Amino acid sequence: MLEQIVSRYNYWIYIILILIGFYGMMAKNNLLKKLIGMNIFQWALILYYVSIGAKKGGTVPILSEEAGSPFEHLKAIQCVNPLPHVLMLTAIVVGVATTGIALALLIIIYRRYGTLEEDEIIEELRR
Amino acid sequence: MISKWEDLIIETLCRFLIPFMQTYSLYVLVHGHSSPGGGFQGGCIMAACFILLVIAYDLNEAKKRFKEKINVIFCSLGVFIYAGTGWACLLLGGNFLDYGKLSLILPTDPIKARYYGMASIETGVEITVMAIMVSIFWDLVTGGKHEEALEEENARADCK
Amino acid sequence: MISHQFPVLIVVTPLILSFFVNVVGWWDKRYCVPIVFVALSVSLFSAIGALEAVIKHGGPIHYHLGNWQPPWGIEYVIDYLNTPILVAIAFISILVLIFSQRSIEKELPESKIPQFYTLFLLNVTGLLGITVTGDAFNLYVLLEIASFSAYAIIGIGERGADFSAFRYVIFGTIGACAYLLGVGYLYIVTGSLNMADLHHLLPKLYYSRAVLVGMAFFLVGVGIKMGIFPFHTWMPDAYTYAPSTVSALLAPLFTKVGAYVMIRLLFTIFEPSFSIKLYPVAEILGWIAAAGIVFACVMALAQSDLKRMFCYLIVGEMGYILIGIASANRLGLTGAILHIINDMFMMACLFTVAGAIMYKTGDRNIYRFRYLHRKMPITLGVFVVGALSVVGVPPMCGFFSKWYLILGTIEAKKWILLGVLLASSLVNAILFFRVIENAYLEPRGEHAFAHDGGHPSISLDEVPWSMLIPMLMIAAGIILLGIFSGVIIKHIIQFAVPASF
Repeated sequence: MLEQIVSRYNYWIYIILILIGFYGMMAKNNLLKKLIGMNIFQWALILYYVSIGAKKGGTVPILSEEAGSPFEHLKAIQCVNPLPHVLMLTAIVVGVATTGIALALLIIIYRRYGTLEEDEIIEELRR
Repeated sequence: MISKWEDLIIETLCRFLIPFMQTYSLYVLVHGHSSPGGGFQGGCIMAACFILLVIAYDLNEAKKRFKEKINVIFCSLGVFIYAGTGWACLLLGGNFLDYGKLSLILPTDPIKARYYGMASIETGVEITVMAIMVSIFWDLVTGGKHEEALEEENARADCK
Repeated sequence: MISHQFPVLIVVTPLILSFFVNVVGWWDKRYCVPIVFVALSVSLFSAIGALEAVIKHGGPIHYHLGNWQPPWGIEYVIDYLNTPILVAIAFISILVLIFSQRSIEKELPESKIPQFYTLFLLNVTGLLGITVTGDAFNLYVLLEIASFSAYAIIGIGERGADFSAFRYVIFGTIGACAYLLGVGYLYIVTGSLNMADLHHLLPKLYYSRAVLVGMAFFLVGVGIKMGIFPFHTWMPDAYTYAPSTVSALLAPLFTKVGAYVMIRLLFTIFEPSFSIKLYPVAEILGWIAAAGIVFACVMALAQSDLKRMFCYLIVGEMGYILIGIASANRLGLTGAILHIINDMFMMACLFTVAGAIMYKTGDRNIYRFRYLHRKMPITLGVFVVGALSVVGVPPMCGFFSKWYLILGTIEAKKWILLGVLLASSLVNAILFFRVIENAYLEPRGEHAFAHDGGHPSISLDEVPWSMLIPMLMIAAGIILLGIFSGVIIKHIIQFAVPASF
């Protein structure tokens, strides 16, 4: 059982982070805390993807033909998998853009209702 | 951040640092294919330069160097460079983003032309990311009321 | 020569022209709408060209972006399933664009109009891209493009729109991240992101638990974007408080593209036997759909706001598509695919009518619709066409898709789904006849005063022609889709259903 946890620690870490983010999104009343929970959720996902590309003793995946460079006779099996890194560049940009939009909406909400607490806003809307 | 806070040490340090930061962002952009880096990262560093300017001086000072109208143009310019490279490949006879066909207008062979194609789209990404990051920052700092917040601050500073 | 490029022209033209709108509109606002119109017309033309190419070729056509072979490169695939949806998306977005000109002038400050059209065009770019791509990660990127523009243009609506848009941001991000997790799990076990490649590599791995978890995450993610029963809670608020044009654009298109992604997931990425024989995925979807339809009918009966009632109707329609998938036979799936296209037109019709009523009277409460048939007869005529189509009266298109769905459930012997389908048609009839009665019939006592002259004269006060013509064209489309549904099924949808049914 302990071996299961230790050998797959990256999965356990990402799952715990996702659950923390999810708890933040669901249980917190303040809208900014929900936004931070969403951020934790997204970054945990990015951490997960990058961690599955890692390899024991893997080196930087750069191919170079110059004589004498440390990357000269590199075989694909020695390199870390670069595809998850590239995919997660896109996911990071998506995360930043989501945060930007959500913050802009929060500014409008704060100006209109004067509060960022969800239950106060709902009560204000119901009137 | 809107009103002026004068501190000689911070102002002088920033005046030293910002050119080096901008050069570093261009370095990160160009070396994206052989070290960690690329368009998005370079754009963020370039935007950090402008944000540092706002923190050290004030918003009016930073806006003198990077006006809001130019910001709007820069947002779209980056996307035009990216999509324009793709369209150039399309119009030259290949598929979309098929950089090999760029060798028809650039003086290199098709394999090296792919390298130049990737460099040009990364440049487009950097310009757009810089403009958008600065724009998000301005939005948050002025509380959404860009020009009115500046006028209010100037009026309050004049009254004092 | 140019016909080879049709799959990519559909997406790339609106992408570059949307930022063109931003720059040109900031200089002169009158050029915004013509540029958007040009972009969407090129997309429509390319989509029709793609449809012809697929029919002539007789099978899917693959387009390699950047001339890299899949699975190393991204590819766009046009086949029988997505080309009719592409044509429908482009056609409806052009009509909503023409509808939006007068409607958005009333609801937005003038300085924001170029940005609005930029986001409009980016949204349609994202939706067209989701439909045409053949790569799972590219679908995530385009899904986020469509979602972000949706969040932004929903947020500028009336009172309560910004809070609903924030809630939609939180929900939508959970959905997109769940989709990304699904793609991640499949990538771990197969090493590929291309849909056709996954179709070849996955069958040997169906025993693996990682694939099952990936499928579960996929279903949650696509379900949130599609708006099926437990995941629909973002929809009523977001689509009700948004500006009328925005609901008219998003409500027909966004959720149906989600339904298309669900069909792609279940029948192209995973083989049909995975969802039907190996694990009871299709059956679970059927039960969720039945619960969703019952819930949607009950909630729709309780609403007095017209647009909110239509939002719950969308949840019900998504349930119908899931019932078609759950029947797991050729008839049911034909009904589901036909229902995607039909529902786009039906919802476009209903939401543009709601937008027109909002433009003229500023009030969407059903119980205050009296004398509306004298003020806006043509608008209400279009509403009646849409209403009859949703209820399922021939020759409107809604009848034919419901017919196939009912035949599918009979053949699959799922009697509870059949009962839910028929009962919900009855409840739809009640919903719409409630509105029609309030709008068309007048209380008897006031007729007695009519020839006295005491009755206030209500004159014709119709919306301007630039809003009427798109509505009439959508209504004509509903009737034509109904009359020609046999042709559509025989030539196109028949081949879109996977061959193993």
